[in-house]
Amino acid sequence: MLHRSDALRGYLLMSPTLLIMLVGIVAPFVILLTMSLWTRSGFEFDTTLTLANYERTWNEPIFGALLKRSFWISGVATAATVILCYPMAYYVAFHVHRNKMMWIILMTLPFWTSYLLRVFAWKVILGYEGVVNSGLIALGFIDEPLGFLLYSQEAVIITLAHAWAAFAILPMYVSLEKIDKSLLEAATDLGDGPAARFLRVTLPLSMPGIIAACFLIFIPTTGDYITPALLGGPDGVMIGNFIQLQFGPANNWPMGATLAIILMLWIAAIAAVFLFVTRLAARRVA
Amino acid sequence: MTSSDAYISIRNVDKYFGTFQAIDDISMDIAEGEFFSLLGASGCGKTTLLRMLAGFESCSSGEIYIDGQPTSDIPPHRREVNMVFQSYAIFPHLNVADNIAYGLRKQKLPRAKRQEMIDEMLDLIALPGYGKRRANELSGGQRQRIALARALILRPKVLLLDEPLGALDKQLREQMQLELRALQRQVGITFVFVTHDQEEAMTLSDRIAVMAGGRVLQLDTPLGLYENPKSRDIANFIGNMNFFRGVVRRDGSREGAIDVEGLGVIPVPLEQLTRPDGAPVQVALRPEKFTITPDEPETAPRVAGKVRDSAYLGERSHFYIEIPDKEEPVAVSSPNLTRNDRKLAEARTGKPIWLSFSPESIVILDAE
Amino acid sequence: MSDTSYIKRPNRPLQVYAVIFLVVLYTPVLFIPLFSFNDSIYVTFPLTGFTTKWYAELWTRAPVWNALMNSVKVGLSVAVLSTLLGVVAAKAITRHRLPGKSAVVTFIMMPLVIPGIIFGVALLVLMSRMGVSLSLYTVSIGHLIVCLPFAVATLLPRFEGFDPSMEEASADLGENGWWTFWRVTMPMVFPGVVASLMLTFTISFDEFIMAFFLTGTDPTLPMYIWGQLRFPQEFPSILALASLILFVSFFMVFLAQWLGRRGLDEDI
Repeated sequence: MLHRSDALRGYLLMSPTLLIMLVGIVAPFVILLTMSLWTRSGFEFDTTLTLANYERTWNEPIFGALLKRSFWISGVATAATVILCYPMAYYVAFHVHRNKMMWIILMTLPFWTSYLLRVFAWKVILGYEGVVNSGLIALGFIDEPLGFLLYSQEAVIITLAHAWAAFAILPMYVSLEKIDKSLLEAATDLGDGPAARFLRVTLPLSMPGIIAACFLIFIPTTGDYITPALLGGPDGVMIGNFIQLQFGPANNWPMGATLAIILMLWIAAIAAVFLFVTRLAARRVA
Repeated sequence: MTSSDAYISIRNVDKYFGTFQAIDDISMDIAEGEFFSLLGASGCGKTTLLRMLAGFESCSSGEIYIDGQPTSDIPPHRREVNMVFQSYAIFPHLNVADNIAYGLRKQKLPRAKRQEMIDEMLDLIALPGYGKRRANELSGGQRQRIALARALILRPKVLLLDEPLGALDKQLREQMQLELRALQRQVGITFVFVTHDQEEAMTLSDRIAVMAGGRVLQLDTPLGLYENPKSRDIANFIGNMNFFRGVVRRDGSREGAIDVEGLGVIPVPLEQLTRPDGAPVQVALRPEKFTITPDEPETAPRVAGKVRDSAYLGERSHFYIEIPDKEEPVAVSSPNLTRNDRKLAEARTGKPIWLSFSPESIVILDAE
Repeated sequence: MSDTSYIKRPNRPLQVYAVIFLVVLYTPVLFIPLFSFNDSIYVTFPLTGFTTKWYAELWTRAPVWNALMNSVKVGLSVAVLSTLLGVVAAKAITRHRLPGKSAVVTFIMMPLVIPGIIFGVALLVLMSRMGVSLSLYTVSIGHLIVCLPFAVATLLPRFEGFDPSMEEASADLGENGWWTFWRVTMPMVFPGVVASLMLTFTISFDEFIMAFFLTGTDPTLPMYIWGQLRFPQEFPSILALASLILFVSFFMVFLAQWLGRRGLDEDI
């Protein structure tokens, strides 16, 4: 009797947490999905269910272009972050012997501090009269401030890559740390040099960490709002800003809901394809 | 043993995890003050049965009685049964004294009395003055003793031990076996001991239940298990054994016999021979029951053979002997007592020798 | 055995890379405190002089104090609630045979991989349809959803990290579930609880996008800063405020991480 209900008691213990998550995740999404099928009429909602919003996003090129740009910016930022952080994760996993914990904390510390302020810092750096421009002028390298630094896609990409570094390092570090060092010694023993050993053993074994890192950065950044709002300018506007516009100044909530749903669906689709391709590639290699 | 003097009585107990049956209709009795072992390979259900005695797992059906009381409705913390865990589960945030006194909280003892009990326990486990040490300063053997003391201080009706010596190295394990046996005699509490090490079970136990697949294959004293195994599995699990195919021969006279492959016709008293004439059987013989001699002995039964392989192990030697009409060689273990024995130990492959044995030393089992 | 095996022998270029990486990681953030002491309204080089007047000015601003109090209120309640829920969830996940356990864990971790803006608008829509007016309560609910995965992720390794037979040993020695929790479980997971409290407080304190959609008339500190960002003359005092927030956040998170990991991997 005592243990047959073990699962039940476990779920009972879980129930407050699950309830909050249900209220906080499932309920809003159901309503969001419903609202995406409504339309705006004046300041009211027309609650007849229709796919009109979805049709509009399909027919008007601006939506597609914005989505494409968002995914492009996030994709480049993700790739840059993962590539730049991998050596760092590798270094701490294999070459730091004392105070590993210190290194991990040092690398991830900035991530936990205010995202707004870190983006703000980049605005200070890249601004028209910001650190880079004024520094270069003061040093005599340039006479005029470089205008392209701020309000560009590049500015958004740099800032995103910098801001999300910790999310890339942690999963990659964990999967590198898990690799049995004797496997590397075995590869060496069987005739692999450092480069071959890395490509044939270390890299494939750390793939789960790399994939996790890609997901953890790509997904949240596609919907990012602050960075493009502060640093993007007209060329750097992303889908997140457009969604906010619908809920804010444009006051077209159903349209905003539609865009949010479409963004989620695209993310899910891209994630699925990405997973499928990496699985396939992994099997090819194996 | 009759069930009237049973202290722990396990009656038709089943245990399912989902659809997996971990315990399959086990019934057995354990006497008060007995050192009882559950022996088997991992996954045989021995730990599950132990955890059912402790109350961490319920019976899917059946009932366990301890001191006459059914236990199903008693949660672990109200059972007067204590356990020494495989990992010892010494609380790392408490020192040795607080670990040992952990279960005393509800007794609300005066400070002096509590300290006296702790000191008594520390003396019992031969770690006097260790009370203030922290758990992470202890060696494996010391942790094991603290775990024992922590359980024994509550004077349980039964002490359960889940492979308590498994984490120790060989030398320490052998020393702890002796200490454990002495301790059990000293405190007189019923011990139920789980192990996969047959030698350990033989050394420690009054009786052993050999388990496999959630069932008890045989429950007997160490001597009984070794000398009269009931099946080929048991015979193989406890020590080494040679197996021969045989056929029962009864010609109506008083004497029965078994015609054994490679060994010839061996006389067997009729009271041991319950099977009919012509019935196929297996005959099992321990390696040390053979006597090995260079010349033909006068005793019967005897058989000529050739050495295939030999190994000198100090106090004894092991041989593999080829005999006619048997495919596999016979394993023989022979003590090195005399100079001749030692000479035999250096025998080369192919050297002809003679094997002899006493007819009483054979074990008759069902045919495969 | 030698200190460095063949595989682990030092790699000089990698060491240099690591140092550069850390410098690049920290430099942008360090410009904020640097310019907060600069005696100029413009955030440009060369620096003109040292001053603490921006901090002094901050001290006298009522809206800053107001926003700070709002953020602390939200942060404290979110930290306590999410840690409490995280403890029971982690206990249920690690100590009970839950069918569909991995699905439940995935579900709890979902907010980590969904863009914050989607959560923000979804909750906004829910609140408005239910007729709940936006306030610090709605912000707290949003933050709770964001913080729960972090609380669970901080506490799970703590619960997984100690042998369940510790709790069984306590039950075996006569303690019921309640006493076992206080005498064994709690002392063992305590560093994780503190770490979770500090981490979730910091996340809530710094959170922007949920607050952006769910704040009513009472702004949190990040919302206040966002509001001031469009006034260039406010820049220096924002820099001063940001420096203070960064300093406190760094300190709290460092302590939380250190506490959370201590004793988990002894060999590190």
